[in-house]
Amino acid sequence: MQIEAAICAFCGCLCDDIVLTIESDRIVQAKNACALGKAWYTAHSRPPDLPAARVDGKSVEVEEAIEAAAILLTKARYPILYGLSSTSCEAQRHAVALAEALGGCIDCCTSVCHGPSGMAVQGFGEPTCTLGEVKNRADLVIYWGSNPAESHPRHMSRYAVTSKGRLTPNGRKNRTVVLVDVRSTPSSRFADLLLTVRPGIDFEILWALRALVLGRKVEPAGLAETGITLAQLTHLAELMKNCRYGVLFAGQGLTQSAGNQMNLSAAILLVRDLNQFTKFAIIPMRGHGNVTGVDQVLTWQTGYPFGVNFSRGYPRFNPGEFTMVDVLRRKEADAVLSVASDPAASLPAEAVQRLTEVPLIAIDTHESETTRLARVSFMASTVGIRASGTAYRMDNVPLFLKQALTSIYPSDEEILGRLLERVRELKA
Amino acid sequence: MADNTFTLITGRSGAQGTGISWGKEGEGYREAVQLVELNPADMECLGLQEGDAVRLISRYGATEALCRPGNLPTGLAFMAFGPVANQLTGAETRASGMPDTRGFEVRLEPVLNRRGVDKR
Ligand code: SF4
Repeated sequence: MQIEAAICAFCGCLCDDIVLTIESDRIVQAKNACALGKAWYTAHSRPPDLPAARVDGKSVEVEEAIEAAAILLTKARYPILYGLSSTSCEAQRHAVALAEALGGCIDCCTSVCHGPSGMAVQGFGEPTCTLGEVKNRADLVIYWGSNPAESHPRHMSRYAVTSKGRLTPNGRKNRTVVLVDVRSTPSSRFADLLLTVRPGIDFEILWALRALVLGRKVEPAGLAETGITLAQLTHLAELMKNCRYGVLFAGQGLTQSAGNQMNLSAAILLVRDLNQFTKFAIIPMRGHGNVTGVDQVLTWQTGYPFGVNFSRGYPRFNPGEFTMVDVLRRKEADAVLSVASDPAASLPAEAVQRLTEVPLIAIDTHESETTRLARVSFMASTVGIRASGTAYRMDNVPLFLKQALTSIYPSDEEILGRLLERVRELKA
Repeated sequence: MADNTFTLITGRSGAQGTGISWGKEGEGYREAVQLVELNPADMECLGLQEGDAVRLISRYGATEALCRPGNLPTGLAFMAFGPVANQLTGAETRASGMPDTRGFEVRLEPVLNRRGVDKR
Protein backbone atom coordinates (compact mmCIF):
# COMPACT_ATOMS: atom_id res chain seq x y z
CA MET A 1 0.00 0.00 0.00
CA GLN A 2 1.15 3.56 -0.68
CA ILE A 3 0.26 6.79 1.09
CA GLU A 4 0.92 10.00 -0.82
CA ALA A 5 1.58 13.36 0.81
CA ALA A 6 2.29 12.01 4.26
CA ILE A 7 3.82 14.48 6.72
CA CYS A 8 7.13 13.82 8.42
CA ALA A 9 6.97 15.13 11.98
CA PHE A 10 10.58 14.70 13.02
CA CYS A 11 11.60 18.32 12.57
CA GLY A 12 9.95 21.71 12.30
CA CYS A 13 9.94 21.58 8.48
CA LEU A 14 6.98 19.15 8.59
CA CYS A 15 7.62 18.10 4.98
CA ASP A 16 4.24 17.12 3.55
CA ASP A 17 5.38 15.41 0.36
CA ILE A 18 6.47 12.07 1.78
CA VAL A 19 5.35 8.94 -0.08
CA LEU A 20 5.09 5.97 2.25
CA THR A 21 5.20 2.36 1.14
CA ILE A 22 3.59 0.08 3.70
CA GLU A 23 3.96 -3.68 3.91
CA SER A 24 2.59 -5.84 6.74
CA ASP A 25 1.85 -2.80 8.91
CA ARG A 26 5.39 -1.52 8.54
CA ILE A 27 6.78 1.44 6.63
CA VAL A 28 9.34 -0.02 4.26
CA GLN A 29 10.02 3.16 2.31
CA ALA A 30 9.61 6.87 2.99
CA LYS A 31 10.28 8.47 -0.39
CA ASN A 32 11.42 12.11 -0.34
CA ALA A 33 12.27 12.01 3.37
CA CYS A 34 15.80 13.02 4.42
CA ALA A 35 18.06 10.81 6.55
CA LEU A 36 16.48 12.15 9.76
CA GLY A 37 12.98 11.58 8.39
CA LYS A 38 13.77 8.08 7.10
CA ALA A 39 15.19 7.11 10.50
CA TRP A 40 12.08 8.53 12.18
CA TYR A 41 9.65 6.62 9.95
CA THR A 42 11.56 3.35 10.03
CA ALA A 43 12.33 3.34 13.75
CA HIS A 44 8.82 4.36 14.76
CA SER A 45 7.15 1.72 12.63
CA ARG A 46 9.01 -1.15 14.29
CA PRO A 47 6.68 -3.62 15.97
CA PRO A 48 6.23 -2.70 19.62
CA ASP A 49 8.37 -4.68 22.02
CA LEU A 50 7.52 -3.02 25.32
CA PRO A 51 4.45 -3.21 27.53
CA ALA A 52 2.02 -0.30 27.14
CA ALA A 53 2.45 0.66 30.77
CA ARG A 54 4.89 -0.06 33.58
CA VAL A 55 4.95 0.81 37.27
CA ASP A 56 8.26 0.34 39.07
CA GLY A 57 9.50 -1.58 36.05
CA LYS A 58 6.65 -4.11 36.09
CA SER A 59 4.22 -4.43 33.23
CA VAL A 60 0.69 -3.34 34.26
CA GLU A 61 -2.64 -2.49 32.62
CA VAL A 62 -2.81 1.10 31.32
CA GLU A 63 -5.63 1.83 33.81
CA GLU A 64 -3.43 0.79 36.74
CA ALA A 65 -0.61 3.03 35.56
CA ILE A 66 -3.06 5.94 35.12
CA GLU A 67 -4.16 5.44 38.73
CA ALA A 68 -0.55 5.32 39.98
CA ALA A 69 0.41 8.43 37.99
CA ALA A 70 -2.69 10.35 39.11
CA ILE A 71 -1.93 9.59 42.76
CA LEU A 72 1.72 10.63 42.46
CA LEU A 73 0.78 13.88 40.73
CA THR A 74 -2.07 14.84 43.07
CA LYS A 75 0.09 14.16 46.13
CA ALA A 76 2.81 16.49 44.88
CA ARG A 77 2.95 20.11 46.04
CA TYR A 78 4.94 21.38 43.07
CA PRO A 79 4.55 19.07 40.09
CA ILE A 80 5.88 20.07 36.69
CA LEU A 81 4.75 18.84 33.26
CA TYR A 82 7.43 19.04 30.63
CA GLY A 83 8.26 18.23 27.01
CA LEU A 84 5.37 18.02 24.54
CA SER A 85 7.44 18.97 21.51
CA SER A 86 6.85 15.73 19.59
CA THR A 87 3.17 15.20 20.12
CA SER A 88 -0.12 16.56 18.81
CA CYS A 89 -1.78 19.83 19.74
CA GLU A 90 -4.75 17.76 20.95
CA ALA A 91 -2.46 16.06 23.51
CA GLN A 92 -0.83 19.38 24.40
CA ARG A 93 -4.27 20.83 25.16
CA HIS A 94 -4.92 18.05 27.70
CA ALA A 95 -1.50 18.68 29.26
CA VAL A 96 -2.32 22.35 29.85
CA ALA A 97 -5.64 21.39 31.48
CA LEU A 98 -3.81 18.83 33.61
CA ALA A 99 -1.27 21.39 34.84
CA GLU A 100 -4.15 23.71 35.72
CA ALA A 101 -6.05 20.95 37.56
CA LEU A 102 -2.89 20.14 39.54
CA GLY A 103 -2.02 23.78 40.24
CA GLY A 104 1.47 22.95 38.95
CA CYS A 105 3.94 24.17 36.34
CA ILE A 106 3.95 23.39 32.65
CA ASP A 107 6.98 23.95 30.49
CA CYS A 108 7.94 22.66 27.06
CA CYS A 109 11.18 22.02 25.19
CA THR A 110 10.88 25.60 23.92
CA SER A 111 12.53 26.84 27.12
CA VAL A 112 15.76 25.08 26.11
CA CYS A 113 15.61 25.84 22.37
CA HIS A 114 13.73 28.96 21.29
CA GLY A 115 12.35 30.30 24.58
CA PRO A 116 14.49 33.41 24.05
CA SER A 117 12.77 33.88 20.66
CA GLY A 118 9.39 33.77 22.41
CA MET A 119 10.53 36.37 24.92
CA ALA A 120 11.85 38.63 22.16
CA VAL A 121 8.57 38.29 20.24
CA GLN A 122 6.66 39.34 23.37
CA GLY A 123 8.79 42.48 23.49
CA PHE A 124 9.00 43.47 19.86
CA GLY A 125 6.47 41.48 17.83
CA GLU A 126 7.28 39.08 15.04
CA PRO A 127 7.77 40.46 11.53
CA THR A 128 7.41 37.05 9.94
CA CYS A 129 6.09 35.17 6.92
CA THR A 130 5.33 31.60 5.88
CA LEU A 131 7.75 29.19 4.26
CA GLY A 132 5.52 29.37 1.19
CA GLU A 133 6.35 33.06 0.87
CA VAL A 134 10.03 32.24 1.31
CA LYS A 135 9.86 29.67 -1.48
CA ASN A 136 7.98 31.96 -3.85
CA ARG A 137 9.56 35.32 -3.08
CA ALA A 138 12.77 35.35 -1.07
CA ASP A 139 15.87 36.47 -2.97
CA LEU A 140 18.04 36.86 0.14
CA VAL A 141 18.20 34.07 2.69
CA ILE A 142 20.27 34.39 5.85
CA TYR A 143 20.87 31.52 8.25
CA TRP A 144 22.25 32.88 11.51
CA GLY A 145 23.51 30.36 14.08
CA SER A 146 21.91 27.49 12.23
CA ASN A 147 23.18 24.43 10.40
CA PRO A 148 20.13 23.37 8.38
CA ALA A 149 22.04 20.68 6.46
CA GLU A 150 22.16 18.66 9.67
CA SER A 151 19.26 20.00 11.75
CA HIS A 152 16.58 20.48 9.04
CA PRO A 153 18.05 18.70 6.01
CA ARG A 154 15.28 19.60 3.53
CA HIS A 155 14.81 23.19 4.63
CA MET A 156 17.04 24.48 1.86
CA SER A 157 15.68 22.28 -0.93
CA ARG A 158 11.99 22.51 -0.08
CA TYR A 159 11.63 26.08 1.06
CA ALA A 160 14.55 28.45 1.14
CA VAL A 161 17.48 27.88 -1.20
CA THR A 162 17.14 25.58 -4.21
CA SER A 163 13.32 25.48 -4.33
CA LYS A 164 11.69 27.19 -7.30
CA GLY A 165 8.73 29.50 -6.78
CA ARG A 166 6.57 32.01 -8.65
CA LEU A 167 9.02 34.88 -8.33
CA THR A 168 12.04 32.61 -7.98
CA PRO A 169 11.64 30.44 -11.10
CA ASN A 170 15.34 29.63 -11.28
CA GLY A 171 15.57 28.52 -7.66
CA ARG A 172 19.12 28.79 -6.36
CA LYS A 173 20.11 31.24 -9.13
CA ASN A 174 17.48 33.70 -7.92
CA ARG A 175 18.75 33.77 -4.37
CA THR A 176 21.71 35.02 -2.40
CA VAL A 177 22.46 32.84 0.60
CA VAL A 178 24.34 34.08 3.66
CA LEU A 179 25.50 31.97 6.58
CA VAL A 180 26.61 33.49 9.85
CA ASP A 181 28.12 30.96 12.25
CA VAL A 182 31.01 30.37 14.60
CA ARG A 183 32.32 27.40 12.64
CA SER A 184 32.21 25.81 9.26
CA THR A 185 29.42 23.24 8.93
CA PRO A 186 27.99 21.03 6.18
CA SER A 187 25.67 23.98 5.41
CA SER A 188 28.58 26.29 4.60
CA ARG A 189 28.98 25.04 1.05
CA PHE A 190 25.53 26.39 0.16
CA ALA A 191 26.47 29.95 1.08
CA ASP A 192 27.40 32.79 -1.27
CA LEU A 193 28.66 34.70 1.73
CA LEU A 194 30.02 32.98 4.80
CA LEU A 195 30.71 35.03 7.91
CA THR A 196 32.58 33.22 10.65
CA VAL A 197 32.03 35.14 13.86
CA ARG A 198 33.41 34.69 17.36
CA PRO A 199 31.12 32.88 19.78
CA GLY A 200 28.92 34.91 22.13
CA ILE A 201 29.22 38.15 20.17
CA ASP A 202 26.05 38.00 18.04
CA PHE A 203 24.29 40.85 19.83
CA GLU A 204 27.12 43.28 19.11
CA ILE A 205 27.16 42.28 15.44
CA LEU A 206 23.39 42.58 15.04
CA TRP A 207 23.44 45.96 16.75
CA ALA A 208 26.23 47.20 14.48
CA LEU A 209 24.27 45.91 11.48
CA ARG A 210 21.27 47.94 12.62
CA ALA A 211 23.44 51.03 12.72
CA LEU A 212 24.82 50.37 9.22
CA VAL A 213 21.36 49.68 7.81
CA LEU A 214 20.14 52.99 9.24
CA GLY A 215 23.14 54.83 7.76
CA ARG A 216 24.92 55.51 11.05
CA LYS A 217 28.66 55.44 11.55
CA VAL A 218 30.30 52.34 13.00
CA GLU A 219 33.89 52.51 14.24
CA PRO A 220 35.99 49.60 12.89
CA ALA A 221 37.58 49.26 16.35
CA GLY A 222 34.13 48.49 17.77
CA LEU A 223 34.12 45.27 15.73
CA ALA A 224 37.57 44.14 16.83
CA GLU A 225 36.21 41.32 19.01
CA THR A 226 33.65 40.03 16.54
CA GLY A 227 35.86 38.14 14.11
CA ILE A 228 34.56 40.13 11.12
CA THR A 229 35.51 43.43 9.55
CA LEU A 230 33.53 46.59 8.97
CA ALA A 231 33.80 46.00 5.21
CA GLN A 232 32.21 42.54 5.56
CA LEU A 233 29.41 43.87 7.72
CA THR A 234 28.80 46.85 5.44
CA HIS A 235 28.53 44.44 2.51
CA LEU A 236 25.93 42.40 4.42
CA ALA A 237 23.97 45.53 5.35
CA GLU A 238 23.88 46.54 1.67
CA LEU A 239 22.75 43.06 0.60
CA MET A 240 19.95 43.27 3.15
CA LYS A 241 18.77 46.76 2.19
CA ASN A 242 18.90 46.06 -1.53
CA CYS A 243 17.18 42.70 -1.70
CA ARG A 244 13.60 42.36 -2.90
CA TYR A 245 12.47 40.00 -0.15
CA GLY A 246 14.80 38.94 2.64
CA VAL A 247 14.43 36.31 5.34
CA LEU A 248 16.52 35.80 8.43
CA PHE A 249 16.35 32.26 9.81
CA ALA A 250 17.34 32.46 13.46
CA GLY A 251 18.97 29.33 14.83
CA GLN A 252 19.81 28.05 18.25
CA GLY A 253 23.26 29.53 17.86
CA LEU A 254 21.50 32.81 18.68
CA THR A 255 19.10 31.63 21.38
CA GLN A 256 21.54 29.40 23.27
CA SER A 257 24.54 31.74 23.21
CA ALA A 258 25.33 34.56 25.60
CA GLY A 259 22.70 37.24 25.25
CA ASN A 260 19.90 34.74 24.55
CA GLN A 261 16.68 36.79 24.26
CA MET A 262 18.70 39.97 23.69
CA ASN A 263 20.20 38.40 20.55
CA LEU A 264 16.74 37.64 19.22
CA SER A 265 15.47 41.08 20.21
CA ALA A 266 18.31 42.63 18.22
CA ALA A 267 17.53 40.37 15.25
CA ILE A 268 13.83 41.32 15.32
CA LEU A 269 14.66 45.03 15.59
CA LEU A 270 17.06 44.68 12.66
CA VAL A 271 14.30 43.06 10.58
CA ARG A 272 11.89 45.81 11.61
CA ASP A 273 14.43 48.44 10.54
CA LEU A 274 14.93 46.69 7.21
CA ASN A 275 11.24 47.00 6.44
CA GLN A 276 11.81 50.74 5.99
CA PHE A 277 13.80 49.81 2.87
CA THR A 278 12.45 46.50 1.60
CA LYS A 279 10.39 43.49 2.64
CA PHE A 280 12.14 41.43 5.32
CA ALA A 281 10.99 38.67 7.67
CA ILE A 282 12.37 36.51 10.47
CA ILE A 283 11.58 32.85 11.19
CA PRO A 284 13.04 30.92 14.13
CA MET A 285 14.42 27.51 13.06
CA ARG A 286 12.22 25.45 15.35
CA GLY A 287 13.65 21.99 15.94
CA HIS A 288 11.23 19.28 17.01
CA GLY A 289 8.21 18.36 14.88
CA ASN A 290 5.56 20.15 16.94
CA VAL A 291 7.48 22.38 19.30
CA THR A 292 5.86 25.33 17.50
CA GLY A 293 2.45 23.79 18.26
CA VAL A 294 3.03 23.58 21.98
CA ASP A 295 3.84 27.30 22.06
CA GLN A 296 0.63 27.94 20.15
CA VAL A 297 -1.50 25.79 22.45
CA LEU A 298 0.03 27.20 25.63
CA THR A 299 -0.37 30.75 24.32
CA TRP A 300 -3.99 30.40 23.33
CA GLN A 301 -4.83 28.62 26.61
CA THR A 302 -2.74 30.67 29.08
CA GLY A 303 -1.40 33.71 27.23
CA TYR A 304 2.22 32.49 27.49
CA PRO A 305 4.32 30.19 25.31
CA PHE A 306 6.33 28.23 27.94
CA GLY A 307 7.28 28.27 31.64
CA VAL A 308 3.74 28.67 33.02
CA ASN A 309 2.69 28.16 36.64
CA PHE A 310 -0.87 27.58 37.92
CA SER A 311 -0.23 27.41 41.67
CA ARG A 312 -2.31 30.53 42.32
CA GLY A 313 -5.18 29.21 40.22
CA TYR A 314 -4.37 31.42 37.24
CA PRO A 315 -1.46 31.28 34.80
CA ARG A 316 1.75 33.12 35.56
CA PHE A 317 4.78 33.27 33.28
CA ASN A 318 8.32 33.72 34.44
CA PRO A 319 11.31 32.26 32.61
CA GLY A 320 14.00 31.41 35.13
CA GLU A 321 11.37 30.69 37.77
CA PHE A 322 8.80 28.36 36.20
CA THR A 323 11.04 26.82 33.54
CA MET A 324 12.04 23.16 33.77
CA VAL A 325 15.80 23.56 34.27
CA ASP A 326 15.31 26.11 37.05
CA VAL A 327 12.54 24.21 38.83
CA LEU A 328 14.77 21.11 38.84
CA ARG A 329 18.01 22.89 39.73
CA ARG A 330 16.43 24.59 42.74
CA LYS A 331 14.95 21.21 43.72
CA GLU A 332 11.45 22.70 43.85
CA ALA A 333 9.75 20.09 41.68
CA ASP A 334 8.50 17.17 43.78
CA ALA A 335 6.99 15.23 40.85
CA VAL A 336 7.65 15.37 37.12
CA LEU A 337 5.52 14.28 34.17
CA SER A 338 7.52 14.14 30.95
CA VAL A 339 5.60 13.83 27.68
CA ALA A 340 7.16 13.09 24.27
CA SER A 341 10.57 14.26 25.37
CA ASP A 342 13.72 12.92 26.98
CA PRO A 343 14.81 15.41 29.65
CA ALA A 344 17.10 12.83 31.32
CA ALA A 345 19.22 12.79 28.16
CA SER A 346 18.89 16.41 27.12
CA LEU A 347 19.13 18.65 30.19
CA PRO A 348 22.27 19.64 32.13
CA ALA A 349 23.43 17.01 34.63
CA GLU A 350 22.59 19.18 37.63
CA ALA A 351 18.95 19.38 36.52
CA VAL A 352 18.81 15.67 35.65
CA GLN A 353 19.91 14.88 39.21
CA ARG A 354 16.49 16.06 40.48
CA LEU A 355 14.75 13.65 38.09
CA THR A 356 16.38 10.79 40.01
CA GLU A 357 15.10 12.12 43.36
CA VAL A 358 11.40 12.67 42.71
CA PRO A 359 8.51 10.57 41.35
CA LEU A 360 8.92 10.66 37.59
CA ILE A 361 6.18 9.74 35.13
CA ALA A 362 7.08 9.42 31.45
CA ILE A 363 4.95 9.12 28.34
CA ASP A 364 6.90 8.46 25.17
CA THR A 365 6.79 6.53 21.92
CA HIS A 366 9.96 4.58 22.66
CA GLU A 367 12.26 3.62 25.48
CA SER A 368 14.51 6.51 26.54
CA GLU A 369 16.74 7.57 29.40
CA THR A 370 13.66 9.20 30.93
CA THR A 371 11.32 6.20 30.57
CA ARG A 372 14.03 4.00 32.09
CA LEU A 373 14.28 6.31 35.07
CA ALA A 374 10.51 6.73 35.48
CA ARG A 375 8.47 5.18 38.26
CA VAL A 376 5.46 5.10 35.95
CA SER A 377 5.93 4.91 32.20
CA PHE A 378 3.58 4.69 29.24
CA MET A 379 4.32 3.78 25.66
CA ALA A 380 2.33 5.91 23.21
CA SER A 381 1.62 5.74 19.50
CA THR A 382 3.69 8.14 17.39
CA VAL A 383 1.64 11.00 15.93
CA GLY A 384 1.87 10.88 12.13
CA ILE A 385 2.64 7.15 12.09
CA ARG A 386 0.37 5.25 14.49
CA ALA A 387 -1.83 8.14 15.66
CA SER A 388 -3.25 11.27 14.08
CA GLY A 389 -3.29 14.88 15.26
CA THR A 390 -2.41 18.49 14.51
CA ALA A 391 1.10 19.93 14.36
CA TYR A 392 2.42 23.41 13.56
CA ARG A 393 5.24 23.91 11.11
CA MET A 394 8.05 26.26 12.16
CA ASP A 395 6.27 29.13 10.36
CA ASN A 396 3.13 28.59 12.48
CA VAL A 397 1.15 26.86 9.73
CA PRO A 398 -0.97 24.05 11.21
CA LEU A 399 -1.06 20.70 9.41
CA PHE A 400 -3.05 17.57 10.16
CA LEU A 401 -0.98 14.41 10.50
CA LYS A 402 -2.82 11.24 9.52
CA GLN A 403 -2.33 7.82 11.01
CA ALA A 404 -0.52 5.48 8.59
CA LEU A 405 -0.25 2.23 10.58
CA THR A 406 -2.53 0.51 13.08
CA SER A 407 -2.19 1.84 16.58
CA ILE A 408 -0.93 -0.55 19.18
CA TYR A 409 -0.42 1.76 22.09
CA PRO A 410 -2.86 4.49 23.12
CA SER A 411 -1.93 7.98 21.87
CA ASP A 412 -0.53 10.73 24.11
CA GLU A 413 -3.90 12.41 23.68
CA GLU A 414 -5.74 9.39 25.08
CA ILE A 415 -3.31 8.84 27.97
CA LEU A 416 -3.31 12.50 29.00
CA GLY A 417 -7.10 12.69 28.62
CA ARG A 418 -7.58 9.74 30.95
CA LEU A 419 -5.00 11.05 33.40
CA LEU A 420 -6.73 14.43 33.44
CA GLU A 421 -10.08 12.81 34.13
CA ARG A 422 -8.69 10.78 37.04
CA VAL A 423 -6.81 13.76 38.53
CA ARG A 424 -9.99 15.82 38.42
CA GLU A 425 -11.85 13.02 40.23
CA LEU A 426 -9.17 12.76 42.91
CA LYS A 427 -9.09 16.54 43.36
CA ALA A 428 -12.90 16.85 43.57
CA MET B 1 43.96 28.27 23.02
CA ALA B 2 45.59 29.35 26.26
CA ASP B 3 46.14 26.87 29.11
CA ASN B 4 44.33 24.15 27.14
CA THR B 5 41.20 26.28 27.42
CA PHE B 6 38.58 26.07 24.66
CA THR B 7 35.17 27.56 23.99
CA LEU B 8 32.70 24.70 23.74
CA ILE B 9 29.83 24.84 21.27
CA THR B 10 27.12 22.15 21.35
CA GLY B 11 24.64 21.46 18.58
CA ARG B 12 22.88 18.98 16.34
CA SER B 13 24.87 16.52 14.25
CA GLY B 14 23.48 14.20 11.59
CA ALA B 15 24.30 10.95 13.41
CA GLN B 16 23.03 12.32 16.71
CA GLY B 17 19.78 13.33 14.97
CA THR B 18 19.07 9.92 13.46
CA GLY B 19 20.08 8.31 16.77
CA ILE B 20 17.18 10.10 18.47
CA SER B 21 14.82 7.92 16.44
CA TRP B 22 16.82 4.69 16.48
CA GLY B 23 17.39 4.84 20.22
CA LYS B 24 20.06 6.46 22.31
CA GLU B 25 21.49 3.14 23.34
CA GLY B 26 22.45 2.48 19.70
CA GLU B 27 26.12 2.50 18.80
CA GLY B 28 25.73 5.25 16.17
CA TYR B 29 24.21 7.67 18.66
CA ARG B 30 26.68 6.82 21.42
CA GLU B 31 29.60 7.35 19.11
CA ALA B 32 28.19 10.64 17.82
CA VAL B 33 27.61 12.17 21.26
CA GLN B 34 30.99 11.03 22.56
CA LEU B 35 33.02 12.99 20.01
CA VAL B 36 34.63 16.35 20.47
CA GLU B 37 35.73 18.16 17.32
CA LEU B 38 38.82 20.35 17.44
CA ASN B 39 40.86 22.35 14.97
CA PRO B 40 43.67 20.11 13.62
CA ALA B 41 46.30 22.66 14.70
CA ASP B 42 44.97 22.57 18.27
CA MET B 43 45.07 18.78 18.22
CA GLU B 44 48.65 18.84 17.06
CA CYS B 45 49.56 21.32 19.80
CA LEU B 46 48.12 18.97 22.40
CA GLY B 47 49.76 15.93 20.81
CA LEU B 48 46.38 14.41 20.01
CA GLN B 49 45.41 12.11 17.19
CA GLU B 50 41.96 11.27 15.93
CA GLY B 51 40.30 8.85 18.35
CA ASP B 52 42.37 9.85 21.37
CA ALA B 53 40.48 10.29 24.61
CA VAL B 54 40.39 13.67 26.27
CA ARG B 55 38.99 14.86 29.56
CA LEU B 56 36.88 18.01 29.39
CA ILE B 57 36.32 20.12 32.47
CA SER B 58 33.87 23.04 32.68
CA ARG B 59 32.86 25.08 35.71
CA TYR B 60 29.82 22.82 35.97
CA GLY B 61 31.28 19.33 35.58
CA ALA B 62 33.64 17.03 33.76
CA THR B 63 33.45 14.24 31.21
CA GLU B 64 35.51 12.28 28.72
CA ALA B 65 35.22 12.34 24.94
CA LEU B 66 37.13 11.18 21.87
CA CYS B 67 38.62 13.86 19.69
CA ARG B 68 38.49 14.22 15.96
CA PRO B 69 39.64 17.00 13.66
CA GLY B 70 36.92 19.38 12.51
CA ASN B 71 36.63 22.44 10.31
CA LEU B 72 36.43 25.00 13.07
CA PRO B 73 38.57 27.93 14.22
CA THR B 74 41.37 27.37 16.71
CA GLY B 75 40.26 27.60 20.31
CA LEU B 76 36.81 26.23 19.56
CA ALA B 77 35.52 22.77 20.45
CA PHE B 78 32.27 21.22 19.19
CA MET B 79 30.19 18.41 20.70
CA ALA B 80 26.80 17.08 19.60
CA PHE B 81 23.89 17.57 22.02
CA GLY B 82 23.56 14.58 24.33
CA PRO B 83 24.21 13.07 27.73
CA VAL B 84 28.01 13.40 27.43
CA ALA B 85 28.00 17.14 26.66
CA ASN B 86 25.32 17.59 29.33
CA GLN B 87 27.92 16.77 31.98
CA LEU B 88 29.57 20.05 31.02
CA THR B 89 26.56 22.35 30.53
CA GLY B 90 25.29 24.54 33.35
CA ALA B 91 21.80 24.61 34.87
CA GLU B 92 21.98 28.31 35.73
CA THR B 93 19.67 30.15 33.30
CA ARG B 94 20.06 33.82 34.31
CA ALA B 95 16.30 34.38 34.31
CA SER B 96 15.89 33.08 30.77
CA GLY B 97 15.01 29.41 31.32
CA MET B 98 17.86 28.62 28.93
CA PRO B 99 20.77 26.73 30.46
CA ASP B 100 24.39 27.54 29.65
CA THR B 101 24.57 25.33 26.57
CA ARG B 102 26.96 26.99 24.13
CA GLY B 103 29.97 29.18 24.17
CA PHE B 104 31.34 28.44 27.62
CA GLU B 105 34.87 27.59 28.65
CA VAL B 106 36.20 24.06 28.98
CA ARG B 107 39.66 22.86 29.87
CA LEU B 108 40.91 19.95 27.88
CA GLU B 109 43.36 17.31 29.13
CA PRO B 110 44.58 14.39 27.05
CA VAL B 111 43.83 11.04 28.67
CA LEU B 112 46.96 9.02 28.22
CA ASN B 113 46.84 5.62 26.56
CA ARG B 114 43.16 5.65 25.76
CA ARG B 115 41.72 5.42 22.29
CA GLY B 116 38.57 4.14 20.68
CA VAL B 117 34.86 4.42 21.43
CA ASP B 118 33.75 3.59 24.91
CA LYS B 119 31.11 0.90 24.41
CA ARG B 120 30.22 0.35 28.03
S1 SF4 C 1 13.53 17.94 6.77
FE1 SF4 C 1 12.56 17.44 8.73
S2 SF4 C 1 10.40 17.15 8.26
FE2 SF4 C 1 11.52 17.10 6.29
S3 SF4 C 1 11.90 14.91 5.94
FE3 SF4 C 1 13.72 15.74 7.02
S4 SF4 C 1 13.29 15.40 9.21
FE4 SF4 C 1 11.36 15.14 8.11
